[in-house]
Amino acid sequence: MKPKVLILRTAGTNCDYETAYAFELAGAVPERVHVNTFISRRRRLDEFQILVLPGGFSYGDDIAAGSLLANEIRHKLRDAMLAFVDAGKLVIGICNGFQVLVKTGLLPGRNTSQQQATLYLNDSARFECRWVYLKLETSPCVFTRDTADIIYLPVAHAEGKFTASSPVLDAVETQQQVVFRYVNADGSPAEYPANPNGSDHAIAGICDPTGRIFGMMPHPERYLSRLNHPRWTRQPLPDEGDGLSIFRNAVNYIRET
Amino acid sequence: MSHALPSVQQIELIDADDSRLMEISREGVLSLNLAEMQAIQDYFRRLGRNPTDVELETLAQTWSEHCVHKTFRGVIEYCEGEHSELIDNLLKHTVMRVTNELSKPWCVSVFKDNAGIIEFDENYNLTFKVETHNHPSALEPYGGAGTGIGGVIRDTLGAGLGAKPILNTDVFCFGMPDMPYDEVPRGSLHPKRIFKGVVAGVRDYGNRMGIPTANGAILFDKRYTANPLVYCGNLGLIPIDRCEKHVCPGDKIVVVGGKTGRDGIHGATFSSLELDETSQDLGSAVQIGNPIVEKKVTDALMQARDRQLYRNITDCGAGGLSSAVGEMGEPVGARVHLKTVPLKYEGLAPWEIWLSEAQERMVLAVPSENLDELLHIFADEDVEATIIGEFTDTHKLQVYDEDQLLAELDMEFLHEGVPRITRKAVWSPPEHVEPDIPYPEDLGPALLDILRAPNVASKEWVIRQYDHEVQGASVLKPLQGIENDGPGDACIVTPVLGSHRGVIISNGLNPKYSDIDPYWMAASAIDEALRNVIAVGGNLERTALLDNFSWGNPDKPDRLGGFVRAAKACYDIARIYGTPFISGKDSLNNEYRDSVTGEQMAIPGTLLISAICVMEDVAHAVSMDAKHTGNWIYVLGNTHDELGGSHYYALHGFIGNRVPQVRAEEGKRTMQSLSTAISEGLVRACHDCSEGGIGVAAAEMAFAGGLGIEISLVDVPCADDMERNDRLLFSESNSRFLVEVTPEDRARFESLMRDVPCGCIGRVTEQPQLVVRGMDAEVVLSLPIARCKAAWQETFDW
Repeated sequence: MKPKVLILRTAGTNCDYETAYAFELAGAVPERVHVNTFISRRRRLDEFQILVLPGGFSYGDDIAAGSLLANEIRHKLRDAMLAFVDAGKLVIGICNGFQVLVKTGLLPGRNTSQQQATLYLNDSARFECRWVYLKLETSPCVFTRDTADIIYLPVAHAEGKFTASSPVLDAVETQQQVVFRYVNADGSPAEYPANPNGSDHAIAGICDPTGRIFGMMPHPERYLSRLNHPRWTRQPLPDEGDGLSIFRNAVNYIRET
Repeated sequence: MSHALPSVQQIELIDADDSRLMEISREGVLSLNLAEMQAIQDYFRRLGRNPTDVELETLAQTWSEHCVHKTFRGVIEYCEGEHSELIDNLLKHTVMRVTNELSKPWCVSVFKDNAGIIEFDENYNLTFKVETHNHPSALEPYGGAGTGIGGVIRDTLGAGLGAKPILNTDVFCFGMPDMPYDEVPRGSLHPKRIFKGVVAGVRDYGNRMGIPTANGAILFDKRYTANPLVYCGNLGLIPIDRCEKHVCPGDKIVVVGGKTGRDGIHGATFSSLELDETSQDLGSAVQIGNPIVEKKVTDALMQARDRQLYRNITDCGAGGLSSAVGEMGEPVGARVHLKTVPLKYEGLAPWEIWLSEAQERMVLAVPSENLDELLHIFADEDVEATIIGEFTDTHKLQVYDEDQLLAELDMEFLHEGVPRITRKAVWSPPEHVEPDIPYPEDLGPALLDILRAPNVASKEWVIRQYDHEVQGASVLKPLQGIENDGPGDACIVTPVLGSHRGVIISNGLNPKYSDIDPYWMAASAIDEALRNVIAVGGNLERTALLDNFSWGNPDKPDRLGGFVRAAKACYDIARIYGTPFISGKDSLNNEYRDSVTGEQMAIPGTLLISAICVMEDVAHAVSMDAKHTGNWIYVLGNTHDELGGSHYYALHGFIGNRVPQVRAEEGKRTMQSLSTAISEGLVRACHDCSEGGIGVAAAEMAFAGGLGIEISLVDVPCADDMERNDRLLFSESNSRFLVEVTPEDRARFESLMRDVPCGCIGRVTEQPQLVVRGMDAEVVLSLPIARCKAAWQETFDW
């Protein structure tokens, strides 16, 4: 049985097609559905096993990136969302989706009444599109169970600087919730532009303590084939892009449970 | 929603004398000339009544230069020295003639829909369109550029029954970014402010639409200060059975997307005027964009298209509803009820509603039986969709407020009634000072200066602000090489995910050559766009072109003379290369008049050529960065002693007279042989020689690859007697490439190049140094690649 994946979209969502394609490659059945369909209760989140908040500019990122969609989820889909998570299912937010998960209070740890961290304007103070190296940390994240130690993916955002108070950052570190950190190609600690936004602790992606809710700023759906790599014309590479394992791990997890 | 309409005005026209007619045109910003006003007067005299403001405004928009391209399609008395000729429809005789004569089977729709359409694969076609948004960007750079990209995306949505937008290309021309503030013309903004505003506008609109911006160019010249050029292009993907459109009487007219406000009034007629210091007062002519509305429209539209719920579609661009409904209803007739049009706020006069260029609106022709389903889809996506009238069989355009008829025009008069204009065009070649440049012993400083020149320098600061990866289809990116920062020749995307079939998009323009001869400027632009396609692995057989002319005031014979020259080159050169034009536009009146000094400034005649090529298998693509120590470096194509308009001359303050020509027969052989070599996998890197010639191309290849290159000028194939190393290194002759080939492939490569000017000029070296040896084997340039790169990057390190 192929896992059913919900690509939740709304006004301004824009990475939904390629994210759906990534899940197809990984062996799932993705469906792109507008958030209105769930708010009006014509369909239910529990039809699906994996919920994806894809990249884009939900509602134009008015107020702040992901803010309005996060409010919509908190106020109109809260119970359905929590039930989905509590049923042991998977949630991934990529780029704008990560911003939504943080602003919903589902990351770093569940607290839907108060936001604990944020993704703030890049240190460069502008939108930037560039490829970055990510080091996989030890974490409970199920999306990265067989992902390589260092992977290469593009980022494209203006608001991607992960930042939080010291106690929250400490907790994220001690509970091993950091999934990816920005690094140099050799794995050494990164500064701008290798850390493209100035994130605290060079954090690029985090999961909740269960490892089943995951958010990341880089775009794994944009590196599925060797031909997407910026230097495929000059160096030997495996046919499969680094991003695919994240989708496949999710699909395998659902198959196994 | 309903609203009370302020009343409609009668314009006293039928008894007006000629001077009054022109007053009416000027006061209303109608941009109609006397012959046109007289034609309108005759029409209404026959009807025995005066026109309403709604009618007059409708005619002015529909007949504007912006909408009907009356110069390009009109009659031109052309004079060049002894030679003179009468050209009846320049467009038909040049650009469109190429397409007709070549008659490529893969051209699906050319010069009629909102975009050109060509075949892609067995399921999809591609749409491609480039437009300008020059005048609005001069007044309000952020909004003007944003709505420029928004507008051309709607051309994609309105091509056939609607294509999915998949790529943006943006080309800008600005004044010099370091211009002293006290030299900025009255009423104009500083070039740097325009530059930053335009980039931000394109960034925010394009990124929010989720469309990668992966191709472009930025050029600088003082003459663009008051008249910046903003070219916005968009590529679309459309199912092959959704490319035809028609309209039936009884179909409902449905407007979807944004509400209508007072923004963008008179955009079409305003763009047909010269700018001066009072132009800022026409601020309402600039539209206000909202990309998220357009994204929602796109999302809903694609569903409605796939369910075949409408028969016809077009975008609300220049002229707003008047133009969209007028155009769609041309074959049948249309009736519109203005009261039903959703407004942003109350108080608009009927003609304002009818003409408003408020953004993010599309007009559909919907059969009654599909209305419910269609309205439902748009409601689900939170997009406004409103029935505003119906198509009829009256062959009239009728506009109502309740029962009151505000406008009734015969479709035939509206679309065919515009009198053809006859304009004079004169071309006489300018005489520039022939430079006498002392020969420098070391060519290094000149190379660094050219690399630093704003036209050549890295645009990474701009490129990274655009999302060039969204949609997950990017194969060859705008920045290439070992540190992802070298200047790629063209971009490649694979719009059908999982398929290796790709689209190459490139562009060519070099307005500096216009100072010598717009003919060779246009020829060089075509050659450059094609070189870029070929350099990354494309082929001439599946390449099509777009032409976008930006020119000065066509009423001035010298401006129009250059325009004719450029159009003639389009025919001559594209015909030989075998590459049809599929769409194009012209933006005229790019001039500024200083109202105090009376000084007139026109832009250099500027032709942007955009090229689109379908590539069978993108796995054969080639990037421009040097790959491996020990590989051979070849130059293909002859170098000529033609440095007119070159960067090297510009460094010394000269223009010169010998502009680079295009020897298209030879260029075609070179490109075809190179395409074959690339498809056989014999080419490791390829970079076209353009601004700064072999010197700049070699430096860029070297520093993008993080490797050295050593070349010898004595082996460069040249047709003329070229005795100076500086001229050989910096000549900007067309149809040339630098190519990297491995030692193993050398013999096969050379045998493929036997009919092509080809010289093995050097090797890729471990030592990260660019070394150039002159005619006598002496070293004439030796620079660390890091210094070359630093010079190239420092100009726009903002």
